[in-house]
Amino acid sequence: MQVPWQDVFEQTRRDFVFILPEAMLACFGLATLLLDFFLTKKEKSWNSLTAMLGVAFSGGALVLMYKMQGQAYAFSNSIIIDPFFIFFGFIFLASTALVILISVKYMEIEKEQHGEYYALMLFATVGMMFLACGNDLIVLFVALETMALSFYVLTGFLRRDRKSNEAALKYVLLGAFSSGILAYGFSILYGISGSTNLIVIANAITERSTRYGHGDVLTILALGTVSAGVFFKIAAVPFHQWAPDVYEGAPTPISAYVSVASKAASFALLLRLFLTVFWPVNLDWVVVMEAVAVLSLTVGTLAAITQSNIKRLLAYSSITQVGYILLGLVASVNSDGTLHERGLQAMAFYLFVYAFFNTGAFAIVILLRHKGVIGDDVDDLNGLIQRNPGAAVLMLIFLLSLAGIPPTAGFFAKLLVFWALIETGHTYLAVLSVLYILPAVYYYFRLVAAMWVKESTDPVRPVISLAQKFAFAAMVMVTLAAGIFPEQFLRFATYSLLIPFGR
Amino acid sequence: MVPVDHYLWLSLALFTIGVIGVLTRRNVIIILMSIELILNAVNINLVAFSHMFGNVDGQVFAIFIITDAAAEAAVGLGIILAFFRNRETLLADEMDMLKW
Repeated sequence: MQVPWQDVFEQTRRDFVFILPEAMLACFGLATLLLDFFLTKKEKSWNSLTAMLGVAFSGGALVLMYKMQGQAYAFSNSIIIDPFFIFFGFIFLASTALVILISVKYMEIEKEQHGEYYALMLFATVGMMFLACGNDLIVLFVALETMALSFYVLTGFLRRDRKSNEAALKYVLLGAFSSGILAYGFSILYGISGSTNLIVIANAITERSTRYGHGDVLTILALGTVSAGVFFKIAAVPFHQWAPDVYEGAPTPISAYVSVASKAASFALLLRLFLTVFWPVNLDWVVVMEAVAVLSLTVGTLAAITQSNIKRLLAYSSITQVGYILLGLVASVNSDGTLHERGLQAMAFYLFVYAFFNTGAFAIVILLRHKGVIGDDVDDLNGLIQRNPGAAVLMLIFLLSLAGIPPTAGFFAKLLVFWALIETGHTYLAVLSVLYILPAVYYYFRLVAAMWVKESTDPVRPVISLAQKFAFAAMVMVTLAAGIFPEQFLRFATYSLLIPFGR
Repeated sequence: MVPVDHYLWLSLALFTIGVIGVLTRRNVIIILMSIELILNAVNINLVAFSHMFGNVDGQVFAIFIITDAAAEAAVGLGIILAFFRNRETLLADEMDMLKW
């Protein structure tokens, strides 16, 4: 057979434009590894600059794509560039940039300043980006593993720290297990359709659901295994066991990164799969989503009340947040199986602002880290208002947002979810999830009480480095701006999810 | 020719053995091996379907999964090594610094 090489080269060159954001990240990740060799031990923090440049260039490429509008397919339909991808791409890049900024000083204190740290973060971001733009099972699976493998190593990055070792080991075992289950679901999806392309699979499932009705064994098997795998990645109950352990053991910036970026990426995968492939059977999965969301709210809230470790408390609180975001997905399906736009809007808005205020809460824990003190115990917050009033006020704003109290972004995000729930006739769910805010206020205000009321025995005053100042400024600005003037953010969220999926 | 559902039952059996292994074994190396079993069940599925449909997509996917299994084993064993150096144990129920 004569291969038309000329055409193949031409096509590939054209397609490469579409993966420019990922290509930038990968190149700068490799550059970080390379430049690391030329830096002496004292200059290692320059690696963060290389990584930041990578994020900036990737962001630039993404802005160019944003300006072009519309959607495009590349690499024989295995990659789709649409507003959905661009929106999630911005979330990933923003959280990567924030985590790099808050990492520099932390890793210096831990004496683990290595180029690999920043390179792995960029590689994880490459995985996340492909996860958001993949339109093919193979791309999605490889992207998921790129992200997950980078995270396993990052979690265990403090080699001499036993907690970090243990967290990484638990993460790698449970993570690989869940990827295996997800892959099994993917193989069934391939068996249903004979193709790995999401659009072809969606058509095959539509055809099967009209022919066999609700009881189709293969569809249910695929749905069950894929949901189990994805629920694990977003840390929804009953697949949440790893989250508190990993958050507690991992270096604190990585805890923030796992809880924000990896979660957003897994939600991108979940949305992509459930809004295209599994959309024809949406009335079947929406019940499961409801159950998982309510379980996540319950278990996350109950477990958070008794925690004495801030990182563990934030882990359980993030499980609760996952519950709210999943309720947004529940509210995006009307009772007749059509799409309800407000639910998706709520999810997108929630995921976007969550990236900022949750990273903020972890960043305060990073500030408390100094020689000999890990800073993740609730008592380490004691008297923070005297030791560093600025940090205490910032923490208050982030906690208000986590609890969902105005005038913060968290309040508006939750409001959108409740609103969408009521509109789709899930009034009882809306009432139930409002009730869960009360215990949440209790456990968040235990932290506030520690900062304001209790006296500190620790004479050290936490200082905020210049890089951290930039990060805090961005985080607090988004948290407040999205709470007070949500229109702009809402328009962005609407644009990203409704155009690709609004049908 | 062997019909495709024989392969599917084989793969389901392997998958189940893998899941049971992960959930019941104490030694982390054996847990890692059980995960490889799950991935191999996926591969059998993919290759069987690929043969049934007469296209190679499934086989390409299987090659990617084999590659991924290798990467996972490398990272997993590296982390296990770091863990063993500090703790001198490989038993899952002795990983108790962080509450499960």
